[in-house]
Amino acid sequence: MPFQPIKFYQTGTFTVGNRLLKPEDRSVQSHRDRSNAINSGHRACQGCGEALGARYALDAAMEATGSQLIAANATGCLEVFTTPYPETSWQLPWMHSLFGNAAAVATGIAAALKVKGRSEVRVVAQGGDGGTTDIGFGCLSGMFERNDDVLYICYDNEAYMNTGVQRSSATPPAARTATTMPVGPNPGNEFGQGKFVPAIAMAHEIPYVATATVADLRDLEAKVKRAMEFRGARYIHILVPCPLGWGTASHDTIHIARLAHETGLFPVFEAEHGVQVSALPIRKQLPVEEYLKPQKRFAHLFGAKPKLDVIARIQERADRNIRKYGMVQREEVL
Amino acid sequence: MDKPFAITLDPGSSLANHTGSWRTKKPVYLDRLPPCNNACPAGENIQGWLFHAESGDYEKAWRVLTLDNPFPSIMGRVCYHPCESACNRGQLDSPVGINSVERFLGDEAIKRGWKFDAPAASTGKEVLIVGAGPSGLSAAYHLARLGHSVEIHDAGPLSGGMMRFGIPKYRLPRDVLDAEVARILKLGVTLKLNTKVANIEDSMRAGNFDAAFLAVGAHIGKRAFIPAGDAAHIVDAISVLRSMEGEDKPMLGRRVVVYGGGNTAIDVARTAKRLGATDAIIVYRRTREKMPAHDFEVEEALQEGIMIKWLSTIKQADEGMLTLEKMKLDDKGFPQPTGEFETMAADSLVLALGQDVDLSLLQGVSGLEISDGVVKVGPNMMTGHQGIFAGGDMVPSERTVTVGVGHGKKAARHIDAWLRNTTYEPAAKHEPVDFKMLNTWYYSDAPKTLRPMLDAIRRQSSFDEVQGGLDETNALFEARRCLSCGNCFECDNCYGVCPDNAVIKLGPGKRFLFNYDYCKGCGMCVAECPCGAIKMVAEDI
Amino acid sequence: MLKQIEGSRAVAEAIALCRPEVICAYPISPQTHIVEALGEMVKSEKLAPCEFINVESEFAAMSVAIGASATGARAYTATASQGLLFMVEAVYNASGLGLPIVMTVANRAIGAPINIWNDHSDSLSQRDSGWMQLFAETNQEALDLHIQAFKLAEELSLPVMVCMDGFILTHAYEQVDMPTQQQVDAYLQPYEPRQVLDPREPVSIGAMVGPEAFMEVRYLAHAKQMQALERIPQLAAEFKQIFGRDTGGLVHTYRAEDAETIVVAMGSVLGTIKDTVDEMRDDGHKIGVLGITSFRPFPLAQVRAALQNAKRVVVLEKSLAVGIGGILSTDVRMALSGLQLHGYTVVAGLGGRAITRKSLHKLFREAQQDTLQQLTFLDLDWDVVNKQLARERAVRRSGPAAENMLRDIGTVASKIA
Ligand SMILES: Cc1cc2nc3c(=O)[nH]c(=O)nc-3n(C[C@H](O)[C@H](O)[C@H](O)COP(=O)(O)OP(=O)(O)OC[C@H]3O[C@@H](n4cnc5c(N)ncnc54)[C@H](O)[C@@H]3O)c2cc1C
Ligand SMILES: Cc1ncc(C[n+]2csc(CCOP(=O)(O)OP(=O)(O)O)c2C)c(N)n1
Ligand code: SF4
Ligand code: SF4
Ligand code: SF4
Ligand SMILES: [Mg+2]
Repeated sequence: MPFQPIKFYQTGTFTVGNRLLKPEDRSVQSHRDRSNAINSGHRACQGCGEALGARYALDAAMEATGSQLIAANATGCLEVFTTPYPETSWQLPWMHSLFGNAAAVATGIAAALKVKGRSEVRVVAQGGDGGTTDIGFGCLSGMFERNDDVLYICYDNEAYMNTGVQRSSATPPAARTATTMPVGPNPGNEFGQGKFVPAIAMAHEIPYVATATVADLRDLEAKVKRAMEFRGARYIHILVPCPLGWGTASHDTIHIARLAHETGLFPVFEAEHGVQVSALPIRKQLPVEEYLKPQKRFAHLFGAKPKLDVIARIQERADRNIRKYGMVQREEVL
Repeated sequence: MDKPFAITLDPGSSLANHTGSWRTKKPVYLDRLPPCNNACPAGENIQGWLFHAESGDYEKAWRVLTLDNPFPSIMGRVCYHPCESACNRGQLDSPVGINSVERFLGDEAIKRGWKFDAPAASTGKEVLIVGAGPSGLSAAYHLARLGHSVEIHDAGPLSGGMMRFGIPKYRLPRDVLDAEVARILKLGVTLKLNTKVANIEDSMRAGNFDAAFLAVGAHIGKRAFIPAGDAAHIVDAISVLRSMEGEDKPMLGRRVVVYGGGNTAIDVARTAKRLGATDAIIVYRRTREKMPAHDFEVEEALQEGIMIKWLSTIKQADEGMLTLEKMKLDDKGFPQPTGEFETMAADSLVLALGQDVDLSLLQGVSGLEISDGVVKVGPNMMTGHQGIFAGGDMVPSERTVTVGVGHGKKAARHIDAWLRNTTYEPAAKHEPVDFKMLNTWYYSDAPKTLRPMLDAIRRQSSFDEVQGGLDETNALFEARRCLSCGNCFECDNCYGVCPDNAVIKLGPGKRFLFNYDYCKGCGMCVAECPCGAIKMVAEDI
Repeated sequence: MLKQIEGSRAVAEAIALCRPEVICAYPISPQTHIVEALGEMVKSEKLAPCEFINVESEFAAMSVAIGASATGARAYTATASQGLLFMVEAVYNASGLGLPIVMTVANRAIGAPINIWNDHSDSLSQRDSGWMQLFAETNQEALDLHIQAFKLAEELSLPVMVCMDGFILTHAYEQVDMPTQQQVDAYLQPYEPRQVLDPREPVSIGAMVGPEAFMEVRYLAHAKQMQALERIPQLAAEFKQIFGRDTGGLVHTYRAEDAETIVVAMGSVLGTIKDTVDEMRDDGHKIGVLGITSFRPFPLAQVRAALQNAKRVVVLEKSLAVGIGGILSTDVRMALSGLQLHGYTVVAGLGGRAITRKSLHKLFREAQQDTLQQLTFLDLDWDVVNKQLARERAVRRSGPAAENMLRDIGTVASKIA
């Protein structure tokens, strides 16, 4: 584990802070002077995973850069709930232009900084899954291909939440959204071919690609910090559950994200220059039902007659991920 | 900057928007009672001292521990640690080795010569304590720290009671016992040995004592009626163990049979083995599951080659030979005779059938209530006689060192109040914390560290301590396995996971506050607090 | 320095003299030569410091310019036609955010049918985008206008399109007077952004604005363009002081003093019109010209002042508002509201259709006789059109009109003289 500098602590090994670690080895979020890139008073829903993930990621990036950071933001929940006139929650220089162009705007920012000789100022672009995997995909791929000096962060809540939970290309099979209702012979989203943008990012062989969830802060922070050690295009894809869109309790956001990883449905790994270099092992592998059941968007799978065939197909996906990304259960080493 | 109207805004200005008004429920911090603390007969704040041990501040840990119990080194060897049976971590992998850490702290204290803080200012009150066993010593310790002057009278030649004259030294080395007793005496406690109290009222009057605490233990070995030939060699376990402390070691022969199923039976059998018996055989009426001795002690005994004859009673003892009757359990689990007999060769028979209390010092004391051979006490540990308190083996309770120590502490607090003409009101107990309230994902998997055990061969021939202690690294490891059930351990999770930055971190040791101006009441902090130290309550609207 | 040089090259060199810091480009004819030249200058470090970014679309080009401009860099891009439409969302965004980007539009028709040749449909489709639009008549003017455009944009914090006719100007080799770097530096100061993304003074740019302030934001954009109406002539005057040339401004009249008929137009076609007018003047016709340089902001007062003494106005425009007629003429008509004038809309040169002096002579004479249709399509092949219309009346599914008509014409090549 690159993010556990001290060999081992039983108490709170995975917690945000740990009074037993040296302050500099603690997570950014444990610091009293963390930057709170998103200030209180934002209008995200209760228990919003995206608000949390964005603060986690940007605070880490702020720390890594000594607050020399500029963000470009795509349209979406994150933008809307942070910047309704006359207030903004952002504490760093931040810009919203459009839904599909965050990567390109960031390229422009990076280019401007470069000509101005301000290479110490770094750039992140961020957007939801819709803004990343769908409408902003062209700009994203262009940014990757040119290897522009931008860290792009996708906050994946698996649908177009801001417009009322419609399907995106990141919506998982069988999930109910406003445009994939649980009706007809194949209720919920179709089992499509999938469009896992981290893998597509890897195909661009950019310096750094990583996935993370809001459930494992230390892993997430380590990845953001690692990303900031590279120049060029970098991509981090963070799973951020959405209580509203997924139909989960507001206090369950982190729990659900954890289950997404522990079932294998969401692979958590890192890649450098197109080659996978690590996988976050599953500590206790759980069957996908554990993940699906608490979410109303999958409720139609668990009626009086549970749709075992569909669940089995979802389990297959999880198993494949585990194999493909090597998220094998770890032998705890003391 | 000449900012364009409305499109370009000043940083962080959303602070003006108080999202706290969205809330219908709010989180509150609380302390809950961890099961270990709840289970400790001595009322130790286990989690409290583990907290300091976790950070390697062993002296602080020892100081917090000894606020309740002056004998961590002894506890770490002889306590049956009900705390560990209750420990929530047991539901995760295995309980925290509380007892091992306690022993480590006690041994560290001895090694480093840590002393207790000086007692409170003298109250001028004098308390007589009868019996320098764990209960009496504990009461003396607490009373002394409260500023009372304390005098202990003990009939025996050395302090410690059953800790010295019962528990064998391969389990409790005497230097450990001596060190921990000495530290109490250093508080200014007077110990008069070889001073048997014949009549408590006389002794109190003679010494002008304002109150007394009796802890005379239970020393009279129970005898069962066994028809015996003249030459049969029958002794009781307590005498055997007591004589181990004297010059003349008991003569038990090569084939020793112990009758009984408690820890004493085990101890005496193991002692016999160490004294050179080729065979040490325990005869017990019932089965292993029904045996009152602790399983780990049975296990250790078996490892050392002790044999146990289950479902048997001794019908007759003759020179070199015993007659046994086989028993079987009825459907209620009671042993019933079968009428089948067998014989067994034995050089001696040791009876380990329990002890009775010698209550002769209470002759003529008014108001006492005695039943089943023990003295009844109220919730404040006072006997029916004003000013005379009692505890330990002589009152109705489980007979363990730790219970005795707990009695001593409790009695001391009540005696103190009684002497001040007040009543002692213990602080209300926190609501207990259940395993289900924990979010154990945050603790990494870490099975218990086992204490080193003395090699079985050496154990059979020497009185060296059987169980070793933890060294600093594994004690630290073990302490850090604690989940801190129900009490904030400053893991920063709530501070980190709040999507609204509505948790204020006050800094090391100062814990946290909620910023209800912004808390939306999502409950994430509660769900992600590893130890259940936050709960949601309805918002008063 | 006088140079015989391609229009695109001239513009590229002028832009280089303006010291742009970020240039992003996506190829589309007829803009390509401009960005190719700039790309070469950046790569050879003749233009430095400057970042030249080969983006993956026009949408990205404008977006990169947005990011760069918001970070305080002087940003430039160029496009045309489909490219302009592809970036539309970002075009509106750049102006909405008040970012002083300068963009060359090498004017070209919009498909379908796809057509690479010149008309003004592309930039005129963006007339309400909030961008200022300056139209160049000649290559000299095109390069001069770019220099003025940066100054105008940055002073007002609004983006500017410099529109030059595709091929007709971009690909024409003409003599231009190329300014010196000293001249340009004297005229155009370094970019001082009004708002900037900088960790030293963080701001949030691009907030979501609701009904409570949106109208005001929009009004303020309008107010800025109104300020531009004042600034544009001043900038032209300042330009003249340094460069010694009359370029820019809002409108230009030509032989209009006593004209009864005034032809209004934008861009390179003004040259042909002026030549025709000269010939007609020689024949004694009282005809003059009003060239509009600033299409946005639209100089209503200046247009009115220039036209109010005429008897008739002919607006000749290279654009068509399908379903109503002219685009420029609608604006001109608004400038003339209340005046009793004959007004004609002439749609000409769409998709590169040549506008010949011969046709203009005929057209203007008809206008003078007031026999002109209110809405006239110059040199429209009525034969072809009528056949197709007849076909369509007869058969409901008559197939694609363009192909049918090409078949009628018997050619696949477009008609360029
Ligand atoms: C063999 C054996 C092994 C045990 N092992 C364990 C164990 O591993 N863990 C555990 O928790 N418990 C164990 N116990 C039980 C434990 O030792 C007792 O419960 C505990 O010592 C009781 O403490 P106490 O203070 O009440 O009495 P005691 O320890 O019995 O002390 C009483 C003291 O009072 C003195 N006294 C008695 N009468 C008078 C008098 N009239 N005047 C003056 N002094 C007097 C005695 O000399 C003695 O010193 C064991 C007991 C035995 C017998
Ligand atoms: C070009 C364009 N198309 C559509 C929209 C409407 N729109 C705004 S936000 C949004 C959904 C955003 O979804 P996502 O990127 O997943 O972010 P989320 O809100 O889920 O965080 C959509 C469809 C838009 N603003 N712009
Ligand atoms: S984990 Fe710690 S606090 Fe919880 S019961 Fe065990 S020792 Fe006590
Ligand atoms: S989450 Fe951690 S810091 Fe917060 S109350 Fe619980 S133990 Fe304490
Ligand atoms: S996580 Fe934050 S918003 Fe949610 S209940 Fe706790 S303090 Fe309130
Ligand atoms: Mg989304």
